[in-house]
Amino acid sequence: MILLLSILAGILVSAGIFLILRRSLVKIILGFALLTHAANLIIFTSGKITPGKAAFIKKGSESLSEPFADPVPQALILTAIVISFGITAFALVLFKKAYKATGSDDIDDYNTTDSIKHNI
Amino acid sequence: MDFLISLPVILPLFSAILCVFLRDYVKAQKTINFVTASLLLVISFTIGHFVYHDDIIVLNSGNWSAPFGIVLVADLFASSMLMVSNLVYFAVVFYTLNNIDKEREKLYFYPLLNTLMMGVNGAFLTGDIFNLYVWFEVMLISSFVLITIGGEKSQLEGAIKYVTLNLISSFFFLTGVGFLYGLTGTLNMADLSVQISNSEPSVLIDTVSLLFLAAFGIKSAVFPLFFWLPASYHTPPVVVSAIFAGLLTKVGVYSLIRVFTLIFTQNTSFTSDILVVIAGFTMITGVLGAAAQNDIRRILSFHIVSQIGYMIMGLGLNTALALTGSIFYILHHIIVKTNLFLVGGLVDKVKGSFALPKLGGVYKAYPFFGVLFLISALSLAGIPPLSGFWAKFTIAKAGVDISAYFIVGVALLTGILTLFSMMKIWNEAFWKEQPADCVQVIKVTKKDLVLSVLPVVLLASVTVLIGVFAGSVFEYAEKVTAGLTDSTNYINAVLRRISE
Repeated sequence: MILLLSILAGILVSAGIFLILRRSLVKIILGFALLTHAANLIIFTSGKITPGKAAFIKKGSESLSEPFADPVPQALILTAIVISFGITAFALVLFKKAYKATGSDDIDDYNTTDSIKHNI
Repeated sequence: MDFLISLPVILPLFSAILCVFLRDYVKAQKTINFVTASLLLVISFTIGHFVYHDDIIVLNSGNWSAPFGIVLVADLFASSMLMVSNLVYFAVVFYTLNNIDKEREKLYFYPLLNTLMMGVNGAFLTGDIFNLYVWFEVMLISSFVLITIGGEKSQLEGAIKYVTLNLISSFFFLTGVGFLYGLTGTLNMADLSVQISNSEPSVLIDTVSLLFLAAFGIKSAVFPLFFWLPASYHTPPVVVSAIFAGLLTKVGVYSLIRVFTLIFTQNTSFTSDILVVIAGFTMITGVLGAAAQNDIRRILSFHIVSQIGYMIMGLGLNTALALTGSIFYILHHIIVKTNLFLVGGLVDKVKGSFALPKLGGVYKAYPFFGVLFLISALSLAGIPPLSGFWAKFTIAKAGVDISAYFIVGVALLTGILTLFSMMKIWNEAFWKEQPADCVQVIKVTKKDLVLSVLPVVLLASVTVLIGVFAGSVFEYAEKVTAGLTDSTNYINAVLRRISE
C-alpha cells in the first residue's frame, strides 16, 4: 500500500511539474492542483498508514489501545486541502482576469513588465 | 502575561473583521487601521522589553502543552523581528492615510493590510512548523490580493509570476513538513530540534533540509529563485511595494535562519557551503540587475535581492559573529528598504513618475526629500556612520576572520555597485534639470505633504539612531545570536523543562 501510494505521489509530482512548465495559463493551474494532491499524499504516506483502526477510544476504556491510525497527518491534510482549495480558486480568477487583460493565454506574452523600457 | 504574545496575531484579525463590515465607511476603516497599527507598535515593544529583561515567553494555545499543542514563542530573535516589522508597518499605515486611491480603499484594502500583518506576526511567533506553513499562506494570500487589487494590466502580469512561484514554494514547504513528521513524529520546532539531534545523521534529513532551503529560498528571493520579485514588486501602488519590500522576503530569511539554527544543525558544513555560494550569486546578480534599470522602484526591487545575499552570507559563514551580522543586517534593512520605497513614492507624488529619464530637479524643489533619500540610500550602500555600514562591516569582519576572502570580496564589490545605483537615482531624479517636455503641473497641498513626509522622517531617524548607537544594537544582536547558536534555552522554555 505504501509503495503504491509513493509511486502515485511520484507520478503526480512529475505530471504537475510537466504541466507547470508548459506555456499555457490553464495548464499551470492544473499542474498546481496536481502538485497539492501530491503533497497531501506525501504527508499521508510518510505519516505511516494503519488501515482499519480509527483513533477512537472504545466504550468503557480510558485510553487508546495500540495499534491505531495517527490522526495528526489527517488533520494536516485537511488543513492543507482547505488552503489549496482557496488558493486554486483565487488563482483561477486571477488567471482569467489576466487572460481578459492581455488577450492571450501564452506565458510568453506576459513579459512586458520585465522589459527595461516598461513605464518609460 | 503569556497572553500578551497572542495579541500581535489577534488584534489585526479583529481589526480586519471590523474593517470588512465597515466597507462603505472608509474614514472609520482608516481610523481603526491606524489605531491597530499604533497598538501593535506598543505591544511589540512591550514584548521586546519583557523578553530582553526576563526570559522567553511561551504561550500554549488552548492549554495543550508542547509538543502536542501549538505554541507561540517569543524569544529574542522573534521579538526583535516583531519590533522592527511593526515599526515599519506603523510608518506604512501612516503613509497610507494620504496616499492610497479611493477605489482601492473600497476594495477591502485595509482588511488586507491587517491580515497581511497577522500572517507576518504569526510567522515570527509560532513555534510549530506546520503552523508556520499556515501563517505563510495567510501572508501569501493577503499579498496576492494586495498585489492584484486595482486590476491594472501590469499588476496582473506581475502577479501571475508572483503567485505561481510562491505556490511552488508552498508545495516544497508542505512536502518538507510531511517528511519531517514522518521522520520524527512531531511538528513542534523545539521538539524537532531534540529529536533530530538525537537521531543518526541520514541522507533523508539532508534532503528534507534542502526542501526547506528551496521553499524559504523562493520566498526570500535568493539566486536562482528570485525572478518573481523584480517582475512584480514595481507594479502595485508604492505603499504596497514598500510593505512587501520591508517584510515579506525577510520572513523568508527569518524562517531560513530559524530552521537552520534550530532544527537542521547536524550537518552544517553541508548546508553552509551551499548557502555561501547562493549568497555570492544573489548579491552579484541582484546588484547587476539593478544597474541596468531606469525606474526607481525596479532599481530598489533588484536591490532587495542583492541585500538578501548579505543576510544569507551571514547564515552561511556559520560563525557567531557572522550570524550577529546577519541579524543586524535584517534589522537595518527592513527599515531602510521600506523607507527608500516611501521616498520613491514622495518623488512620484511631486513629479508624477518613477521613470528616471522623465524625472529631475527634486532636490531643487524639495531639498528636504534629498536629505531623506540620501540618509537611506547611503545607509543601504554602507557609508559610515549610517546603520548599513556597521551591518556590512560585521559580516565582512566575520568573513575575514575565517579567511573566506573571496565571498568578502564579492560582498564589498556589491557594496560599491549599490552605491553606483543609489547615485544614479540621486543624479537622475534629484540633481539634474527635469526635461522640459516631462514637466507636469501637480498640485500638492501642504497638509498632504507634511502627512506623507512624517513617516519617512520617522524611519530615517531610526536609521540614523541605529548608526549612532551601533554599539548597543550590536550588543543586542549578539544576545539574539547567543539565543540562536545555543538553543537549549529555547527548547527548555518551550518544553517546560527545568534547566539544570
